[in-house]
Amino acid sequence: MKRYFHEELEDVRSHLMLMGEKAIANVNLAMRALLDSDLATAQQVRAADDRIDEIEKQIDDEVARYIGLRAPVARDLRLLFVAIKASHDLERVGDEATSIAKRTAKILKTGSSTDDLGRLPRMCELAVGMLKDALHCFIDEDSTRAIAISERDEEVDSLNRENFRYFLDMMKKDPKRVDFGTEMVFISKSMERIADHAQNIAEEVYYLLTTHSLKEVIADRKSV
Amino acid sequence: MALVKDNPKVITSSKTSSSMATEKPEPKRPLIRVADFDFYYGEKQALFDINMDMKENEVTAFIGPSGCGKSTLLRCINRMNDLVEVARIGRGKIEVNGADIYDPRVDTIELRKRVGMVFQKSNPFPKSIYENVIYGLRIQGINKKSVLDEAVERCLKGAALWDEVRDRLDTSGLSLSGGQQQRLCIARALAVEPDILLMDEPCSALDPVATAKVEELIHSLKKEYTIVIVTHNMQQAARVSDKTAFFYLGKLIEMAKTDEIFMSPKNEQTEAYISGRFG
Ligand SMILES: Nc1ncnc2c1ncn2[C@@H]1O[C@H](COP(=O)(O)OP(=O)(O)OP(=O)(O)O)[C@@H](O)[C@H]1O
Ligand SMILES: [Mg+2]
Repeated sequence: MKRYFHEELEDVRSHLMLMGEKAIANVNLAMRALLDSDLATAQQVRAADDRIDEIEKQIDDEVARYIGLRAPVARDLRLLFVAIKASHDLERVGDEATSIAKRTAKILKTGSSTDDLGRLPRMCELAVGMLKDALHCFIDEDSTRAIAISERDEEVDSLNRENFRYFLDMMKKDPKRVDFGTEMVFISKSMERIADHAQNIAEEVYYLLTTHSLKEVIADRKSV
Repeated sequence: MALVKDNPKVITSSKTSSSMATEKPEPKRPLIRVADFDFYYGEKQALFDINMDMKENEVTAFIGPSGCGKSTLLRCINRMNDLVEVARIGRGKIEVNGADIYDPRVDTIELRKRVGMVFQKSNPFPKSIYENVIYGLRIQGINKKSVLDEAVERCLKGAALWDEVRDRLDTSGLSLSGGQQQRLCIARALAVEPDILLMDEPCSALDPVATAKVEELIHSLKKEYTIVIVTHNMQQAARVSDKTAFFYLGKLIEMAKTDEIFMSPKNEQTEAYISGRFG
């Protein structure tokens, strides 16, 4: 029997999806600002981030209300815990996108060229793909996809290490590029963190769907 | 419909007045107002200085430990306490739709039509399901079959019982399960088209499935009715009500929006009670 208040769970679910879409859009927007050397685009990111923060607050309130009034158990309860955790991860994704946009604005104001972004565009592609997949795991209730997300996280980590060496090298060779190189090291680190948050969300959704720990499942697979 | 025969303005149905409302939704007004209300059984004071408003189309839950006066106040709202010989009001008044219900000119039969009541123990009469539903209409002298047929279908649908009993309307109301009997009693209360439904622990004898059905019903009925429900089940109060009132020793300790009561009660006694740390 479906109860009238079960609709409130749908609200939580759809707010989480909306927040995910907005977070992904903001990562893409930040990357676009850098690729196009476009200050105006970089400035849009921050305004859009406020909306993401608002949705997180809304989800927090909805979850607290549901736990306080509806006495949820089992899967409903797991959903609410996952919503709190995943919305926090998405909020952090939004913050990292904002930080990338701020550093981009700094770079653009110094008039530095943004032609050479190292491995960043590829990292962004992977990170956004991971976020999308993590959200799809949630929407389609498909836990198998969560496993592949973890594998890509390792790739993003190694691209970030590559970037670090690459921009360090750039700065050594051409001291005029020190400001640009430094910002790029931080931007790369932000992108790596975005992928980490996508990985966290995958783990949270995996737990929601299976009640198992994704980390343990992957460790078991590797040990076989 | 007026409660006082010689003065049609004293109490009118809120239904008639609200149907005249313009498109703009009016802010919800108090349909029941309890003001400075003291109540006694003989020498024993059962209610102390109660002040509260219950709004149109809202569900208000009364909670509190046994003996705190929940049922007493509920019964005061349709003057069921008139039937208790030692009962008397010390001070204050109760208004329904703006009119003092203890005004001596008030017709209590009319009042109880406006303010229906559903009890803890479902109490169908030993009559058919059909006759149970239209009991109140028969008393009013309505006997036209088409009118009664229409009322039976409408009220059983309203009470979410129609699908389960439509094929056996002439079997005894007592042949139904406990949960069905409780919904039959709700259908009977709906038949006289009240504005207000008072429910005293309507689910205390029901299993979780039947309870869920009655709760669903309460949720859907509030679109048309103003409901006051007494319950000992905290989760039920949290689920079904818009406002919650906590009573202790005959006093209204705290009344607020249900989510405020359950998430951030202002009073320590309220908090202790709803957290199960009371006494
Ligand atoms: N008919 C009566 N005659 C005398 N005293 C009464 C009568 N009905 C109730 N009381 C007393 O009034 C007080 C409030 O009773 P009431 O039935 O309103 O409590 P309640 O909050 O509904 O309790 P419960 O949760 O047990 O139903 C109690 O002390 C009770 O003993
Ligand atoms: Mg009682």
